[in-house]
Amino acid sequence: MAERIMNGSEVVLQALTDQGVEVVFGYPGGAVLPLYDEIFKQNHIRHVLVRHEQAAVHAAEGYARSTGKVGCVLVTSGPGATNAVTGLTDALLDSIPIICLTGQVPTHLIGNDAFQEADTTGITRPCTKHNYLVKESSKLARTMHEAFHVATHGRPGPVVIDLPKDILVSPAPYIDPSQVQHRTYNPPVKGDRSEIEKAVEILASAKKPVLYCGGGVINSGPQACKLLAEFTRLTGAPITLTLMGLGAYPASDKQYLGMLGMHGTYEANLAMHDCDVMVAIGARFDDRVTGNIDFFSPGSTKIQIDIDPSSINKNVAVDVGIVGDVGHVIEDMMKIWKAKQYSINQAALDSWWSEIEGWREKRCLSYVQPADIIKPQHVIRRMHALTRDRKTFITTDVGQHQMWAAQHFGFEHPNEWMTSGGLGTMGYGLPAAMGVQVAHPDATVICFSGDASIMMNIQECATLTQYRLPVKTIILNNRYMGMVRQWQQLLHGSRYSESYSETLPDFVKLADAFGFTGLTCKDPADLDATLQKMLDIDGPVIVDIAVDDKENCFPMIPSGKPHNEMLLGHETSGDQAIDSDEGMVLV
Amino acid sequence: MKETEISKHTISVLVDNEAGVLARVIGLFSGRGYNIESLTVAEVDAGSRLSRITVVTSGTPMVIEQIKAQLGRLVPIHKVSDLTLAGPSVERELALVKVIATGEKRVESLRIADIFKARAVDATNTSFIFEIIGSPEKIDAFNKLMEPLGLSEISRTGVAAISRGTLMM
Repeated sequence: MAERIMNGSEVVLQALTDQGVEVVFGYPGGAVLPLYDEIFKQNHIRHVLVRHEQAAVHAAEGYARSTGKVGCVLVTSGPGATNAVTGLTDALLDSIPIICLTGQVPTHLIGNDAFQEADTTGITRPCTKHNYLVKESSKLARTMHEAFHVATHGRPGPVVIDLPKDILVSPAPYIDPSQVQHRTYNPPVKGDRSEIEKAVEILASAKKPVLYCGGGVINSGPQACKLLAEFTRLTGAPITLTLMGLGAYPASDKQYLGMLGMHGTYEANLAMHDCDVMVAIGARFDDRVTGNIDFFSPGSTKIQIDIDPSSINKNVAVDVGIVGDVGHVIEDMMKIWKAKQYSINQAALDSWWSEIEGWREKRCLSYVQPADIIKPQHVIRRMHALTRDRKTFITTDVGQHQMWAAQHFGFEHPNEWMTSGGLGTMGYGLPAAMGVQVAHPDATVICFSGDASIMMNIQECATLTQYRLPVKTIILNNRYMGMVRQWQQLLHGSRYSESYSETLPDFVKLADAFGFTGLTCKDPADLDATLQKMLDIDGPVIVDIAVDDKENCFPMIPSGKPHNEMLLGHETSGDQAIDSDEGMVLV
Repeated sequence: MKETEISKHTISVLVDNEAGVLARVIGLFSGRGYNIESLTVAEVDAGSRLSRITVVTSGTPMVIEQIKAQLGRLVPIHKVSDLTLAGPSVERELALVKVIATGEKRVESLRIADIFKARAVDATNTSFIFEIIGSPEKIDAFNKLMEPLGLSEISRTGVAAISRGTLMM
């Protein structure tokens, strides 16, 4: 077997190249200097220098989620690795394939409390899908290839490879990916045939079906999303998506009920509560989705499709569990559905839909846009209207603005929505947008953020400038940690403990200081012009929009309540209620 | 649907014998709040570098199912088998029990050891160390009887277990 001998750093770079890596997000330091030297000498792999290691991981997540490829990160030992931990945890909870190379002190110093030493594999064990410490040069190439296999097969996730400095400079044999077969980790993609048949039969006999779909569909790929749309139309069932699943099914379609969960739509949550058959597809019954688990969808037969066996029966006991890749399983379900000429009883389905239409009448996402102050929801809606004709990617930070973006920006395609779902990481949006823009240089990339979240990775503005990444950051500025303020108002007697943003920077001057454009807007009449101007500027822009600081995010299932006890907030009323005009404020 | 009855399960796990694998298993149990009643580990196949972990845990049927699924998705794990569900199995544990006593109590401890087929592996004028092998229940019973006779220290290995008959994991 042909083995080429190189030095360790060359092996790492060669493995990345052979695994199809085009970009690495990283930050140099003592332990990874040999790797950076190798990066200097080659032209295959582009390196994007971030300003904080957490941002490197989020950028790689944005890159991965918008392309379906693996995101790659390179950081140094000690603080480089510990700074990456938040990003790794984020990627783990949202099932994003990431390879994170961390430097390590030389093998003979490991355990000596050496300078910039940290027990990286120990620290990252619970926040990665898997991790490796390479202690022998002979295992370096194999470990690199295995890591890519693990990150991308089964339920995707982040994998750390800890690389001691002496390994990076010692001679090491290189073997190419085709010579590496994983000993144990080969998760199946096809679902069990008899379980699938059972599931299809149950669905066909439903009177009140609902399809509840999540990020697993998007991870399964664009083809899986296409199959899901076909299957949904074939059955005529209503479909709802989780925060992670947005874009897996077109938001404009009439069978779509909107997002479900804590800030989901009234119709989606009531359909979940009242259905008689629920098909969970690539979704994991997260607590933000289920509300109070004891009262969750009490009368339904539940079917769950997931590639991760541990997702099945974890929070909610299901009647049929199918372990497999969503795309493959839906394809099989569709074949069986057609072969057996199944159909859901039309009369029952009609009466179910008329019940749903009744819930839709509530117009739970409606709001009133007054003349004197900008409603945050309105910004999202206008942004959606103004970008309809272009390839647009949206990232968010975490909080009220995130939920408003999820509720009001209609996502038609997968891989165009990047948000920190599981971990809820403030500071995710800007670096994620960077990663998306690196992958899609010509697309419009918008980061919706809040005045608090944006401060958490604001240093990345320098990265935007350096690489001329024209990311548009929209700050919905209410001078509060809005979601914290909302919970304090609803649950803590309006005692706004430490949630007011006392000293915010002048974001226009800040953008200027970083070398790009800052805009502001506070008059609703100027909103469209400001947003259009932002889109027209050829470069990064921060738009600081002063929005109503009293606005709360509704509907809302308060913690501990079931789906059918949603708070709808203010009902639309008064002469300023705007009703269903194209691109305007109502749903 | 909700089954709340807690039962004890013995789970065998075949893993790659590599650095950190035990930490992964233990970290999984502590991180997710699962119970470990006992845990044993040793290499069982030097050629293919496989170790076998036997873990005794308890929980509701849903939790036990979760534990197995979570173990199953750890990358270096080859196989997970629930011996409690798989059929009859043999469970054995070894304990070293130090009894410090003189006079009648010392004689009585020897008599009980004889009944339990425990072997004295160390003796002084005032003490014995007994080696006893058996099911955890048998060892518990032995210890209970030794308690009033001067039982002063116990070291137990935890359970090793294997399916009866031709059944393999």
